[in-house]
Amino acid sequence: MIYLTRKAEFSASHYYHNPEFSPEDNQRIFGKCNNPNGHGHNYTLEVTVKGDVNPKSGFVVDLKQLKDVMSREVLDAFDHRFLNKEVPEFSTKIPTTENIAIAIWERLTPKLKQAQLHRVRVYETPDLFVDFYGEDVYGEA
Amino acid sequence: MKVHLSRRYMFSASHRLHSDEMSVEENREIYGKCNNPYGHGHNYTIEVTVSGAVDQQTGMVCNLVDLDAFVRNHIVERYDHQNLNLLPDFAKLVPTTENLCIAIYDIVNRGFHQAHLEKIRIEETMMNSFEYAGEESR
Repeated sequence: MIYLTRKAEFSASHYYHNPEFSPEDNQRIFGKCNNPNGHGHNYTLEVTVKGDVNPKSGFVVDLKQLKDVMSREVLDAFDHRFLNKEVPEFSTKIPTTENIAIAIWERLTPKLKQAQLHRVRVYETPDLFVDFYGEDVYGEA
Repeated sequence: MKVHLSRRYMFSASHRLHSDEMSVEENREIYGKCNNPYGHGHNYTIEVTVSGAVDQQTGMVCNLVDLDAFVRNHIVERYDHQNLNLLPDFAKLVPTTENLCIAIYDIVNRGFHQAHLEKIRIEETMMNSFEYAGEESR
């Protein structure tokens, strides 16, 4: 088993708001992230896949294919977008970094053929990142 | 859905690696320039990783404001601009970054309950880092 990680970057805006909360609760819980006009980040995405090295190609995954899947499924949808308004997952879920990592996992995992998705890591800033391993909270994936 | 969230914090501190249980020569032999009696300093980066279910209402594992406040009050204020050797934590322990990792893990694990602590990772310099994830690795 070997692990391979590919990085990509995208820039997007978002804000945190739950319509079920009162305006005061939204402000208290989400603070300045609650500004409805949104604010932006340069996100760094790290996608780690795992698998066996193909004895003929020496690859765990076709890098070109992985790059294409990441571009098509994630970057084309997220880059230079207002996540709350332009990405369907976030019409019902708050685009926190946690939910962004889960959404990216769910977009990528059915599209990867050779290698298995191991981890999605999303950096919101260099000092804050989220890892999702596809785990249900009650057990392993 | 279980998600891991990591946040980095920084503080600067000095230390000297020296054990009273060893001779002067042994200390010098084992710790090298880190045994310099005047101590030396580092800019430490602490990476705190917590995990848990994503709260359906907030979309969060835990509120970063709470994590930031805890780490600021209990870790950064405790260690920033201090000589680690003079702190009670290291009265009987050599303040290696291994031991600092364990000390910080224990403080966060005891006091922060809004999410499960997965691990503490400390970068002492750009070239070396240490991780502690609790009992099993002890």
